[in-house]
Amino acid sequence: MTEPRSRRFGFDTRMLHAGHIPDAVVGARAVPIYQTTSFVFDDADTAAQLFELKQYGNIYTRIGNPTTAVLEERLASLEGATGAVATASGMAAQLVTFMTLLAPGDEIVSSSHLYGGSMTQLTHTFKKLSLTTRFVDPTRLEAWEAAITPRTRALYGETVGNPRGSILDLEPLARLADSHRIPLIVDNTFATPYLCRPIEWGATIVVHSATKFIGGHGNSIGGILAESGKFDYSHFSTIADPSPSYHDLRFYENFGHYGFLMKARAETVRDTGACLSPMNAFLLLQGLETLSLRMERHVANAGAVAGFLRDHPAVAWVAYAGLPDHPDHALATKYLGGRPGAVFSFGLRASAGEARDKGRRFIEALQLFSHLANVGDARSLVIHPATTTHQQLSDAELAAAGVAPEMIRLSIGLETLEDLLWDLDQALLATSR
Amino acid sequence: MGPGSGVTCDITLNTTLTPEERRRFQDPGTITRLLHQSRTIAMVGLSSDSQKASSFVATYLQKAGYRIIPVTPRAGVILGETTVPDLASLPGPVDLVVVFRPGHECLRLADEAIAAGIPAIWFQLRIQAREAAERAARAGLTVVLDRCIKMEHGRFAGTLHWGGMNTEIISARKARLPA
Repeated sequence: MTEPRSRRFGFDTRMLHAGHIPDAVVGARAVPIYQTTSFVFDDADTAAQLFELKQYGNIYTRIGNPTTAVLEERLASLEGATGAVATASGMAAQLVTFMTLLAPGDEIVSSSHLYGGSMTQLTHTFKKLSLTTRFVDPTRLEAWEAAITPRTRALYGETVGNPRGSILDLEPLARLADSHRIPLIVDNTFATPYLCRPIEWGATIVVHSATKFIGGHGNSIGGILAESGKFDYSHFSTIADPSPSYHDLRFYENFGHYGFLMKARAETVRDTGACLSPMNAFLLLQGLETLSLRMERHVANAGAVAGFLRDHPAVAWVAYAGLPDHPDHALATKYLGGRPGAVFSFGLRASAGEARDKGRRFIEALQLFSHLANVGDARSLVIHPATTTHQQLSDAELAAAGVAPEMIRLSIGLETLEDLLWDLDQALLATSR
Repeated sequence: MGPGSGVTCDITLNTTLTPEERRRFQDPGTITRLLHQSRTIAMVGLSSDSQKASSFVATYLQKAGYRIIPVTPRAGVILGETTVPDLASLPGPVDLVVVFRPGHECLRLADEAIAAGIPAIWFQLRIQAREAAERAARAGLTVVLDRCIKMEHGRFAGTLHWGGMNTEIISARKARLPA
C-alpha cells in the first residue's frame, strides 16, 4: 500500500466525494439541501467581518449556499480548477464571467462556432454594456491573432462548437492568449470535464451550462464557472484595482489566486442576482455523481449513431468529429480521446427547395427522439434548427449562420442503441417516401 | 476541527513549489498540527491598513481564537494588540511566526526566529523564501512555505469550501467538531 498522505484521488472518486464531507453532527451521507435564504450570524462582529469578506461563511443564498458550494467545489475538482461559482444558468455563467473581467470599451475575440444564445448575448446584450465581440473562424489561428486589439481582454470559444461540432484547438489558443496576457475562456458544456479539461491545456476559465450533461437528466437549469488560479491579474484593472463597492479592497492583491472568483461571487453574482437555487444545485449534483458512466454510454451511442447515419442513403452528411473523415478528427483525438461528446448535426439528402419541409417531416416521423430545445439529457433529443431556433431566417441567412436548411441536430441519449437506430431509420424512410 | 481523515489528500494547487519541496514545507499533517497546537502567533509585517491582506488574515485568525502579536517597526496598536519592533522584543513565548514581508528580508527573519527560540515559522503565499526556509528547517524549526495561513485554516476547518473553492480534501469520514 502506498503512503496515504500523497494520495491523489481519481476522477470517479472525486465525482462522488469532492466538496462534501459528512457534517460533524448529523453525518448525512447524501448532500443536504439547505433550502434557506439566509444564515444566522454568530454575533455582530462576525456579521460585519463576513460582509467585509474577512471571514469565510454564509450570509445569503444569492451570494453562496452550502448545498451550492458542494456543486461548486466538485466541479472545480473535476476541471482541475482552484474554485468555481455556480449561477442560475449557463448564460448567466457566461455573463458573470465577462462582467467580472471586462469594463466598458473592452473587447472579446470569440469563435463564431457558438451556441446561438451565446452569439446573441455577446453581440446584442453586450453592446448595451459598451462591450464589443469580434467573431472569428475558430479553425484559423491567424484570424484570432488578427482580431486582437489593445482593448481585447479575453478569447472565447466552445470545446465542441454548437451545432457544427468543430473542435477548438485549445493549446495554441492558450499560448496566443498568454502572449497577450489575457485569459482564454472555454465553454466546456458539450465535452464535460470527463472528456476534456481545458485548464490542463492552458485555459484560464471554464464555463458550463450545467443544465446539459452535468445535470444530465433535463430537470434543472444551472450554470457554473471555474477558474484555474494560475492567471496573473496584476495588470487586469477590473480584478486588481481598488474596488469602490468594497471600501477600495484590491481583490487580486488580497485574495491572490481566489481574487477573480471572489470578485465574481461577491460583486457580480451579488449584483446581478444570477444565483443558483439550492434545490437545483442538489439535482445537478445527483446528475454529476454518475457523469463518467453516462458519458461513456453517451459517446458510445453517439459514435454508433454517427456511423449509421454516414452510411445511410437518405443522409447527405454527418458533422461529428469522432468520425475519421471530419476535418477536426485529429483535434478531437488530441483533446477528447476521439470522443467529442454526444451532440452533433447531420444533413438530410434533399434538393434546395424541399430541405425545410423534409426536415419538418423527419422530426414528425420520429417516435423515440424528443423534439425540444435542449441537449445533454439522458434521453435522446432532436431539433430542426431551420424550422425552430432559426425559423425566422431566409435560406441565405441560414447559410451565413452556418445552419443549413437540411440540418438536423441530435443529442444522443442512453437508450438501447438498436432502438435509436430503428427510430432514425424508420423516420428517414418515411421522409424519403 | 475540520474533516476526518481528509488530511491524507495531496494538496497540489496554487504553489510554485516542487513535489519534494511541497512534501517538506506544505505537508498537510504538519500544517494541521501547527494550526491545532498554536495559540499565540507573531505576525511580521501586519499592516494597520484594514484592507490589506495581512489585516484580513489577522482578523480571521483572532476570530478563530488565536492571539496575534503584531511585529512592525511602527509603534502602536493594531487590531487591539500592541506592536513590537522585532522578534527579539516579543513580550512572551509564541508558538509560531507568520511572515508577511518580501523575500529579501526572510533570511534575517529566519535568523531572528531561530535566535528567539520560536518553534515554527510560516512564510506566506508567493513569498520567495526558499533559502530562509532551508535555514530555519536546519535549525529545527517547523517550516511552512508558499501557503496562506488563513486559506489553510479555512481549508481544514471546512469554511474555505463555502466559498466554492477546491480544498482538494476527499473524505467519507464524519467531520470533527471544532475543539
